[in-house]
Amino acid sequence: MAMLLTNPFDALFEFQQALDQLRQSDWLEASPSGQGAFPPLNVFRKGDDVVVITEVPGINKSDLRIEAKGRTLRIAGTKAAGRAYDGKASVHRLERRGGTFDRAISLPIEIDADGIKAECRDGILALLVPRAERDKPRTIAIS
Amino acid sequence: MSNQALEVQEKKELVAKGEKTMPARYYVPHTDIYETDDALMVVMEVPGVDRSNIDVKVENDELRVEARIDFAKYEGMEPLYTEYNIGHFARTFSLSHMIDQQTIGATLSDGVLTLTLKKVQQAQPRRIEIQ
Repeated sequence: MAMLLTNPFDALFEFQQALDQLRQSDWLEASPSGQGAFPPLNVFRKGDDVVVITEVPGINKSDLRIEAKGRTLRIAGTKAAGRAYDGKASVHRLERRGGTFDRAISLPIEIDADGIKAECRDGILALLVPRAERDKPRTIAIS
Repeated sequence: MSNQALEVQEKKELVAKGEKTMPARYYVPHTDIYETDDALMVVMEVPGVDRSNIDVKVENDELRVEARIDFAKYEGMEPLYTEYNIGHFARTFSLSHMIDQQTIGATLSDGVLTLTLKKVQQAQPRRIEIQ
């Protein structure tokens, strides 16, 4: 389904609905740690490549470790939360959770592990995963 | 606490008293609130929000925070697999303390917004010396 930004006012709503429709997808089902693990992932296609986006608010990029091997990506790290409140402060609400996480996913496409780019900004980690050259569809000329 | 395995916190959709005119969905940011002697600290998770897209208002003893994501970054991206939805964030709190509106401090780092709401002088606890 192509994103057609016909009406800028409805664009976000349409995009949200498109994201909702894929919530039940089994695209990553066969991976070592599939659905339900932290951090939650969204996978997009951008041109030939795949973009993996996750929300990691409060996690510094030095506390994140990203590894790639074959077609498997591993995202591990530590999220600190609640640390600043000990001492004299009285706590009203504690909704943010901290802890460690380690998640591995296997993408169902051939990836170029050396070409992966990671970007972490404003609590969003984006991994640009290039599709391996040999996995790209080839146009076959009819002779 | 830091060695505990982290679980996904499902995003909660905002149920507002007044509906938005735009149909887009809003989410309630996970928030920690704590109080020190002279201030109320509000720590909110707003991943994907730039500092220029955050509105903080204190009116009629209500703190209202609205944080909008930059949706343009998703242009040209076709979703293949999703585990969470994206959307703007909004949350309102009733304040039980008098807050000095002139000195509200806000910092944003790694998608976490920290608000420092200074209490007005008479709301601060006064230590009474016993003669």
